[in-house]
Order: sequence, then structure tokens, then C-alpha cells
Amino acid sequence: MMIDPLSVFILLLGAATPILFAALGELVAERAGVLNLGVEGMMITGALAGFAAAHASGSPALGFLAAAIAGAALSMTFAALTQFLLSNQVATGLALTLFGLGLTAMFGKPYEGMKAPAMMPGPLGLNWMIWLGIALVPLLWWFLARTRPGLILRAVGENHDAAHGLGYPVRRVRILAIGFGGALAGMGGAYISIATVLQWTEGMTAGAGWIALAIVVFAQWNPWGVLAGAWLFGGVTVLQLRLQAAGVAVPVQLLSMAPYLATIIVLVLISARQKFGRSGGAAAPASLGRPFHALK
Amino acid sequence: MKRRTLLGSAAALVASTALPAWAQEEKLKVGFIYVGPVGDGGWTYQHDLARQAVEREYGDRVETSYIESVPEGADAERAITQLALSGHKLIFTTSFGFMDATVNVAKKFPDVKFEHATGYKTAENVATYDARFYEGRAVLGTIAGRMTKTNKIGYIGSFPIPEVVQGINSAYIHAKKVNPDVEMKVVWAYTWFDPAKEADAAAALIAEGVDVFMQHTDSTAPLAKAQEAGAFGFGQASDMSNFAPQPRIASIIDNWEPYYIKRVGEVLDGTWKSHGVWLGIGDGEVVIGEITDAVPAEIKAEAEALKDKIATGEHHPFTGPLKKQDGSDWLAEGQVASDQELSSMNFYVEGITAPMPK
Repeated sequence: MMIDPLSVFILLLGAATPILFAALGELVAERAGVLNLGVEGMMITGALAGFAAAHASGSPALGFLAAAIAGAALSMTFAALTQFLLSNQVATGLALTLFGLGLTAMFGKPYEGMKAPAMMPGPLGLNWMIWLGIALVPLLWWFLARTRPGLILRAVGENHDAAHGLGYPVRRVRILAIGFGGALAGMGGAYISIATVLQWTEGMTAGAGWIALAIVVFAQWNPWGVLAGAWLFGGVTVLQLRLQAAGVAVPVQLLSMAPYLATIIVLVLISARQKFGRSGGAAAPASLGRPFHALK
Repeated sequence: MKRRTLLGSAAALVASTALPAWAQEEKLKVGFIYVGPVGDGGWTYQHDLARQAVEREYGDRVETSYIESVPEGADAERAITQLALSGHKLIFTTSFGFMDATVNVAKKFPDVKFEHATGYKTAENVATYDARFYEGRAVLGTIAGRMTKTNKIGYIGSFPIPEVVQGINSAYIHAKKVNPDVEMKVVWAYTWFDPAKEADAAAALIAEGVDVFMQHTDSTAPLAKAQEAGAFGFGQASDMSNFAPQPRIASIIDNWEPYYIKRVGEVLDGTWKSHGVWLGIGDGEVVIGEITDAVPAEIKAEAEALKDKIATGEHHPFTGPLKKQDGSDWLAEGQVASDQELSSMNFYVEGITAPMPK
């Protein structure tokens, strides 16, 4: 049976957008040396805040704005704990996820069963958020690779002591990166509630935040790689559902496994390349996850 | 002197906290393990309504608690053990995937009674209970077969387990009965609850030309998708009435209240015994929600007549002649499927072209 590839691609773009946003945000935080495992918690918070604002105002755009603010606000608790109180980033990130899930379960009750306002269609029948997500990829690449603030951010992520020695405000850069990551995660979550599911349901992100974290590694901390990863994850999901609907026997488990398998293969290839002394090497920021204290 | 008053007040404090604890032991503690969040608006929501009904019915004599969003796997055993350790004497585990975990924990706590939903493993202290959802699916299938304009109806499955396969077959058989040209498209989501994925599954069906579909996953996301596309769907597990009159044109409701009230009562008066029961429309455990005005009156009447015939036992949804998907004979003319056959059903009936997942 034939499946129209264009229709699959359009569905793919929709499925990839939430994880694309979240993964791009996490990428910026990680390039600044911060490992924030709270992506899922920030996404679900954005999903609720975005839905609530869109429902109240009737404007999806305001919803996404509110989601960005809510995601960034939640990420500031993570920033306060890890940057000022020097708590462990892994544990704090996990706590942030649990906190976000619980908080939204509590505040989301009144919004259950309500419907989201319709999205404004953008060019080519795709909504504006899909376009914004794709546009962010070259923008972030340019920012990180070609601008001075981008260079400072990377320097902070690679060696915070050296960056500090040069007089760069390590903590401030990291807080800004965490906030940016939170805002994008919030918008990604809001895409699920406003554009994909069109309503609020408790726990609705259902692990998308964890996929976003995997994609950042798969992408080797490169925005273009994040786009490829998000399309791969989104594509596999959509394609297998589409094939099933068309009555094709598909090995669903195998396909669902594919993106994770690809992530592991990428990691193996990178470490093999390092072992045999080729150029390049792992792209993980050297100070990733390490706490920084200026008076050390 | 001072020390003595301190000791005295400490003793008083201990006594005051300990006394209510003794008093509380009179209460029967009933625990529930849910696979999704209570706010899913579907499966878990219905179990939680029944839990609340138990509290209303027995008031001070019972105390209920629940753990929600428990994954079906190793973690389930930990969650069930936690309830058993904290003094719960009756524990309902409300998803098929909790089966082995329930049986394992039950072995360690012989004085705790367990009720496992939709499974098939019983023990001295493990009872199973299930609903004949396929009876309700027959009614929905009839409506779907009549309402489709593209002659393509869809089904979003969760996992290819007998309970879900029965539903697909029953819906198809009855849709085909009223519309011989009908085709059934099936998409397995491999999840009970993932709104984004369920919405994607609905979108895939709609892209394939489906205009009426059923779902066996727990969220209302597919209905929201149906609304966007102008397709029809059905409330699943819960009434989902806020999507009425369309896209939700009817619903299949799981009503666990009578069963939970009965079983808690039996533990209270000491008559509880392990069993495996399977209740349907006739027992009030499977309920068809209001068929809305989006459905023409004669179709509504036809569906309700079928529902009544199933309730009285006059019609069994799996009545021969029926063949399996591969064309081999299954039920002869007038023969009815046995419960044993149904509870292990792993094949589609003839006419469904979708492949059965291995």
C-alpha cells in the first residue's frame, strides 16, 4: 500500500516540534555547562500555563508566551539551588521534574475537559510554532559558533575556572542559559497541549522531556544534530502509526527502539574515534554538570 | 521536677497520638493501584469514582488510599508492597499489566486480599474481575458502521491483549452486519496513556480516510483530534460528555461502583472469597453513555435495541457463523464463543485486513 510521503512529513513536523524546542533549550543550558534533568517538569508546566493562558485569552500566541515565562520561572528554582546553593545538578533536575508533574497535577484540575483555541495556520498550512522551531536551529548555531556572547557561553561550559579567570560572569551566564532552556522547554510543552492534543490532561507530556535529553546527546551538542534527532524521533513515531493505519505489518517495537539505538551508536562511534586518536572527539562540554564556586 | 513534667507531657503526647491509632485499626484500609493519573478522564478516573463511592457507602468503616501513574513493570510490585506494608487489607490493582506483580506480592501477604482487574491469575487471596467490554463495543460498532460515509472505521488499540482484540472483533462484526462495505483500520499505540501519541494515532487514521473511530486508550486526545477533523469518536471508559454531541456520539463506560462496593462489604463482614468474574451490560458494569442527536433516530433505536438484547442474553456478540482472519472456521452457525476462548483471543475475525501484531 502506498503512503503519501508529504503527508507523513507534515505529521512528522508536528510530532517533532515539542521535542525540538525542549532539546534546543537544553542544548544551550548544557553548552553553558549545566545539566538540567528537569526538562520534563518544565515542559509539563509550560503545557499547563500555556493552555490556561490560551484558553483564557483565546490567543494561542499569548499561550506560548505564558508557557515560556512559566518554564523559565520554574527553571529559576533550579538555578537558585544549583548556582547559589551549589546543589547537585542531577538530583536537583530530577526533583524539578517531579515537582513540575505534581504542581501541574494540582493546579491543572480546573482545566480538565476544556478545549484550546484554534491555532493560526502559517505558511504552507503549517502553524507558526513549527516554523519558529525550525528557524531557531540556524539562529542558535550562528549564536553559539559565530558570536562573542556565544563564545563566552561555550567558554563557561568548557572550563568555568578559566572563564572566571578571564573575568566572565560564570554564574550569570549559566542562569541566563538555564532560563532560556526553561522558556524553550515550556514552549515545547505548550505545543503538546495547545497544538497536538488541544486540551490539558495531567501528565500529558508522557516522557517527551526525556527524549529531548537523549536527543541533545545524540546531536553531540550541535543544533543541526538536534533538528535531525527531533525529526528522527518524530518521524519514527508518525511513520509507524501511518503504516499501521494503512494496514502494513510493522515491527513497532523495533521502530520505537531505533532512535535510542541510534543515540547509542553515535556515542560508540564518537568514543571509538577518540580512542583511535582521530581529530574531533566528544563534543560534551568539559564542565558539564560540575558545580562552580568562585571562592574555591 | 522539670524533667518529670517533661517526661509526663511526653507520655501524654505519646498516649494521645497512640490512642487514635488504635481506634483507626478498626477501619478497613482499602488500597488502589492506578496505571494512569486520576485526571485522565478515562480508565483510571472511573476506578477512582468507584473508590469514592466505596467511601460514601461505608463512611467511617473504611479508609481508602491510592497510588496513581504506577508503571506496569517492576515498579508495580514495589507500589503494591508499599500498600500491603502500610496496613491495607484489601488492594485493587487496576490494570492488566499488574498481574504478575499482584500475584507475587499476594504470596508474601497471605492475610491481605487482592483484586486484580482484567487478569486471569487467581489465588487463595487474589480474585480477578473484568468487564465484558466487547458487549459495549458491539453497540458502538453498530453505530460506527451506520455513521461512516467513507466506509472506513478506525480503532486505536493500546496493547494487543485479548481484552482489546475482543473489542476490535466485536466492533467490526457488528459494523459489518449493518454495512457490508465497511473496512476496519487498526493502529496500536502501545501505551494506555500518552495524549500526544494518541492524538498522532487519531491523525494517522484520519489521514487514511477514517471518519468514525473507536479507541481503547485512556485519554480524550483522540476526541479532540476528531473534532478538529470533523470525524466522529466515542467516549472510552468514561463518558467524556464534554465532547458531546459531537465528535463524541456515544460512549462505553466502565462502571466499577457496584462491584467495588460489594467486595469491600464482603471483606467487612468476613464473607470475601477469591473468584474470577466477568460482568457485562446486563450487570450494569458496562454502560453505554447517551447516544447524541448527531446520530439519526433510527440508528439510535437500532443500537439501543441491540444493547437490550445483549443485556438480556438474547444476543451474544460472538455468535457463529464466524471465521478467523486466515479463513479457517471458528464458530459454526448459532455457536457462541466460550469465555475461555474469548479470554485468550489473539486473532482477528475474517474481513479485517490489518495484520495482527506478533
